[in-house]
Amino acid sequence: MATAAVRPSVEEVWRWLSDVPDPEIPIISLTELGIIRDVEWRDDELVVTVTPTYSGCPATSIINVDIERALVEKGLENVRLERELSPAWTTDWITTEGREKLRSYGIAPPIDGTAANGVLMKRIDRLSGRSNLSIACPRCGSTNTEKVSQFGSTPCKASYRCSDCLEPFDYFKCI
Amino acid sequence: MELDLKPAVDQSALFAFLVRLGDNALILGHRVSEWCGHSPALEEDIALSNTALDLIGQTQLWLGLAGEIEGQGRSADDLAYLRDGYEFRNILLVERPNGDFGKTLMRQFLFDAWHYLLMKALQNSSERRIAEIAEKAFKEVAYHLERSQDLVIRLGDGTDESHRRMQAALNDLWPYTGELFASDDVEQTLSAAGVIPHPQSLKSGWDEIVSTTLSEATLQKPDDGYMHKGGRRGVHTEHLGFILTEMQFLQRAYPGAVW
Repeated sequence: MATAAVRPSVEEVWRWLSDVPDPEIPIISLTELGIIRDVEWRDDELVVTVTPTYSGCPATSIINVDIERALVEKGLENVRLERELSPAWTTDWITTEGREKLRSYGIAPPIDGTAANGVLMKRIDRLSGRSNLSIACPRCGSTNTEKVSQFGSTPCKASYRCSDCLEPFDYFKCI
Repeated sequence: MELDLKPAVDQSALFAFLVRLGDNALILGHRVSEWCGHSPALEEDIALSNTALDLIGQTQLWLGLAGEIEGQGRSADDLAYLRDGYEFRNILLVERPNGDFGKTLMRQFLFDAWHYLLMKALQNSSERRIAEIAEKAFKEVAYHLERSQDLVIRLGDGTDESHRRMQAALNDLWPYTGELFASDDVEQTLSAAGVIPHPQSLKSGWDEIVSTTLSEATLQKPDDGYMHKGGRRGVHTEHLGFILTEMQFLQRAYPGAVW
């Protein structure tokens, strides 16, 4: 039982959480994804503040269960999760290590500052299927790639194809 | 102690507005989800399903907040699954049948252009919880608008057949766009209190997005004639009943069922 005397520090809890994988992209952890916003003790209760990636992401409830389970396994009994919507999650919060892990897993990491703003790019680029981003193929490194669809296998990804090695791949799109 | 000098916002107006917003997202999300497994191409199937998922996620936030403000213990699920048709407050546009792929996209585009402007404006709401949800939703809606705009242009300025279908979809849906900018006491009260923008204030921005896109799509913008309305007051077309029959079946047949 976790008593006040053996209560782990918040740094310790952050370390534990850095071992909890994202359920859909298990190569990166929840802390690398940047969705754990805060960890703090309020009296005898540990409060973990989590922000959702996309409002309809089906992984959100699984993530909450995974966090609770991980902390309960470490002996904590009094854990509460709080949802924080603002500031809204952005891919800018994915850590540098997290980005490299995504690439090694075959997912091109997001390019900061390129979130959709509702304004279409130039007609010529659009109709030729060209992207306004230079996204390197996670397999061969070529930037000779084209966008197949802005919407991919999960809400957070877009579908791309490499024109050199011809492999399709996911791009973790920027929001 | 800090004194809050702002006048209290009319809670029943706030509830009514949130239900309208939540129901628009819910019914459109459900309609779009009907395409899952039926789209003309795998990428489009995935894109439509993702769009539906975003809208259902936003529904949970809006209806969740509506239930909280109502204070009767109703959750987002209760509001979605346990109300009858006359209690739904979505505009008629979002309950229009999917039709062909072009019609679904045209409906999405006309809605997205409005939704985008509304989510942008609501981030300045004097009600913090509304501003927070809008901040989240805006990022998703920006992607929806870019996609539906792009496809309306590609199909409008496409083959003779795709052009014909897009123009027919536009002509058919246009009389349902007036309700996007309608207002009554609810919007008057809330816009005066700085909680929401006045619906009419979104009209010029919407006209601009729509005109630019339609002209690039080589489509003819219909004249503003008779505009259908009623959904915001609970007066719906026959289509809503069929949507609810499917959407609510499980909770109606097996009340309280969970998985």
